[in-house]
Amino acid sequence: MSLLSVRDLTVKFAMRDETVTALNQISFDLAKGERLGIVGESGAGKSITGFSLMNLISRPGFIDQGQILFDGDDVARMSDKELRTMRGNRMAMIFQDPMVTLNPVLTIGQQMVETLRAHRKLSRAEAEQIAIVKLREVYIPSPEERMNQYPHELSGGMRQRIIIAMALLLDPQLIIADEPTTALDVTIQADIMELLLELCQSNKVGLILITHDLGVVSQMTERTLVMYAGRIIEAGKTREIINDPQHPYTQGLINALPQQTLPGHKLKQIPGAMPSLTAIPAGCPFSPRCQYAVDHCRSTLPEVVQYAGVEVACHEVNRLHNDRLEQSA
Amino acid sequence: MKDMTQTRPLLELKGLEKRFDLDQGVLETVKLRGGKIVREQRSVHAVNNVTLEVDRGEALCVVGESGCGKSTVARLVAGLLTPSAGEIHYDGQRIDDCSRKELLPLRKKMQMIFQNPYASLNPRMTIQQALEEPVHHHNPSMTRAEVHEKVIEVMQSVGVDPLWASRYPHEFSGGQRQRIAIARALTVDPEFIIADEPISALDVSIQAQVLNLMLDAKEDRGLTYLFITHDLSVVEHFGSKVVVLYLGAICEMADTATLFASPKHPYTKALLSAVPQLKDDKPNHIRLKGEIPTPINLPTGCPFHTRCPAANNRCLAEKPRPIQQTDGSTVACHGVEEGRL
Amino acid sequence: MSSLTTNTSRPSRVARILNSNIVYSFRRNPVAVVSMVVFLIIAVASVLAPLIAPFDPYDPASIDIMNSEYPPVWVDGAEAGFVLGTDDQGRDLWSTILYGTRLSLIIGLCAVAVQAFLGITIGLLAGYIGGRLDSLLMRFADIQLSFSTLMVAIIFLAITQAMFGSDTFNQYAIYFLIAVIGIAEWPQYARTVRATVLAEKKKEYVDSARVLGFGPIRIMVRHILPNSLSPIFVISTVQVANAIISEASLSFLGLGMPPSQPSLGSLISSGFDYIFSGSWWITTIPGVVLVVLVLVINLLGDWMRDVLNPKLYKG
Repeated sequence: MSLLSVRDLTVKFAMRDETVTALNQISFDLAKGERLGIVGESGAGKSITGFSLMNLISRPGFIDQGQILFDGDDVARMSDKELRTMRGNRMAMIFQDPMVTLNPVLTIGQQMVETLRAHRKLSRAEAEQIAIVKLREVYIPSPEERMNQYPHELSGGMRQRIIIAMALLLDPQLIIADEPTTALDVTIQADIMELLLELCQSNKVGLILITHDLGVVSQMTERTLVMYAGRIIEAGKTREIINDPQHPYTQGLINALPQQTLPGHKLKQIPGAMPSLTAIPAGCPFSPRCQYAVDHCRSTLPEVVQYAGVEVACHEVNRLHNDRLEQSA
Repeated sequence: MKDMTQTRPLLELKGLEKRFDLDQGVLETVKLRGGKIVREQRSVHAVNNVTLEVDRGEALCVVGESGCGKSTVARLVAGLLTPSAGEIHYDGQRIDDCSRKELLPLRKKMQMIFQNPYASLNPRMTIQQALEEPVHHHNPSMTRAEVHEKVIEVMQSVGVDPLWASRYPHEFSGGQRQRIAIARALTVDPEFIIADEPISALDVSIQAQVLNLMLDAKEDRGLTYLFITHDLSVVEHFGSKVVVLYLGAICEMADTATLFASPKHPYTKALLSAVPQLKDDKPNHIRLKGEIPTPINLPTGCPFHTRCPAANNRCLAEKPRPIQQTDGSTVACHGVEEGRL
Repeated sequence: MSSLTTNTSRPSRVARILNSNIVYSFRRNPVAVVSMVVFLIIAVASVLAPLIAPFDPYDPASIDIMNSEYPPVWVDGAEAGFVLGTDDQGRDLWSTILYGTRLSLIIGLCAVAVQAFLGITIGLLAGYIGGRLDSLLMRFADIQLSFSTLMVAIIFLAITQAMFGSDTFNQYAIYFLIAVIGIAEWPQYARTVRATVLAEKKKEYVDSARVLGFGPIRIMVRHILPNSLSPIFVISTVQVANAIISEASLSFLGLGMPPSQPSLGSLISSGFDYIFSGSWWITTIPGVVLVVLVLVINLLGDWMRDVLNPKLYKG
């Protein structure tokens, strides 16, 4: 049985004059201990997906319909009390900016002990012991000292390590990481990612990694969802999506990377920009930017189909695949 | 004489330094240390002894992590900051000690593109106003019609529909705003552009569009770039020469192809290995110990020795000098100099 | 090849203003709407005072001392011609209040214009140029703030009154009041503007303007000032209310408008002597007008602060 099963999740935002749909009929599964990447550009709905899995969507947003079955319980229909016991405990979240998550007026130790004792019956001393063990797991040097320090006394990389230690504190089954290293430098980013990967593998924790960086997804995850304008347009094994993407948008995203073009040559760009949620085009949302679009694409929404080992939402996937085969032959 | 201008670099930085004083005013510098009252001035050493040249038609990329002083270098060259020491020469003319009036003719030649397209356009000005202002300012003799024509031409060259001229910046997406910001820099027909992380705030598909636009502008207008970035994949694609900065000092300077083919400085190697690769399943990067020290108290000796896997006693004590290598690159590392690395 | 998001047709300017967030939040806020309506009624009535008022309180020929202290019409012993009764000199209170409100509003608005001019100029210079000039101007503002407005005004007005004599002073009282209230409160503006300028100065559009070679005055006036207007609007409404109160207080103390050209404050003051002899309306009715006027201006200011400072909501 899968750990997480999302079915037809639709999230809407009540704006001034209209209601916009930020997530449209999202469905996916996550097995125990599986690592899933959600990629997309800003406005694709990837962060909202992360937030709604924790039922953290607040007004004017709301979960309009759909199920989020987490270990058998529907998160979308949980009471506030059930949500409180679930969050941080069975499902934890890591945000982009560590300073937002850490309370600046409490020491690291106070915050960790408080979190532990809110969920488990533990004495202060026991909680401190667990906290120190967790800090050691994320390779924080001299964790006893760090317990008495305030967040501002630590560097960005150290703070993000502490956030990871706090996320692991209650041995959750799933960690949702929303752009966890975007605010960090390249060398630190690689360290943190490696650490996250190692911890998820050794503790059999599921990971949902939300990012815009295809390189990170490629190295960290087993399966990938590609989102565009509030929908999943391609889903499948990360290797297959990176090596042989079926959807023109995924292809465009990968081909646009500078690594994919010889130095000094023009990059293969996707024209235009992601539509705003208030003006999603009819038919396939990608059709106005798609060089392969035909009339059919501009009028009817493509359904998700199984094709070449991945799930893809594109009318012309078969034709495009054959064209590519012909070209390479 | 003609040969002189051919060989002379367009931009030359000589021993450039920039310190930011943390303690402003005399009173703040007075501190109590071990029972004694002492005067102590703490400063951030953002840029330390940077010497480099940019030739005409080149795209020099300055890379490094946050706090390495790359943006400070850009702002010093643009004249937004004044250097604490050292000289900046543009086309043979020293420009770091000029007044604003003296710099005015230079402003037409040298322009800057900023990181955040949401902040670099005045939100209360329409696109038309924002683009006409510099044209008019630098060409007071132009008639309204000529200014208007120029603006339309520039808008078309960056791919923004001139029909949108009466709109305000907030009505555009990030990528379009960056196009408009580039258009604004191009209105004065510059020959040299300083680009401070121009694509890092943009989405992947938009990054490609803006990079292509900058490459086109380079070809069509014969531009020279000083390109500041943290993204090495962009450097490999865009730059003709790379400078790697660490704590405000140059570690390595080389032609792009040389640097990516055979990086020499241990920091450059670590940086290159940390870039997440698409096809590579197994992350295999050189782990650096610790994190970047603050530039307030610079380590003595080599600035990188606190994290360097190959640091020895000499690295702790002595600052490495930049030394030219056989393949044309310049490396500041004792290990490379001694042949240890 | 460019945007697909902005290809909708462009609405007209008026339509865009009506559709803007400010107008929307205004329509959604009943307190702001009521305050605005009340303020507009008071403002229009006072501006049109010469047309509306049945008597001219400045014309001695129209005043008959025999008409003094008639109560308002709903009280016994009232005279039909005087809706709100008359004051101690026999002036029609309704007409006098209309003219008085006009004076109070003029003094309030002009004083704020003076404050705004001084404060914005000084705040822009201090914030943009910074350094020694900033320290100097801000210390100056601190010193000025450490004296209360009323204290400065009382000393200044008392001295001018003694110097020029009562008659000359009364003739020019309105200018003195505007000047003294205007000068005494510029630091409020200067501080707000300076803080905004410091925040705006760091933004890249200012750097961009500097790289394009624009001069400091152009950058300050054309780029920074238009982006610093929101806090200036907010502080202006509050300052108008404050200036009206200051004027009323000074007039009440006999240092403001003379009884022959009463503002709301001097009207309240002149009726104050009669409050215990039964003629409560001479003080109370202008008092109520003053309170309502100041209240609606402050409520509008509150609303404006909420709209222009979305951060307050997000917390």
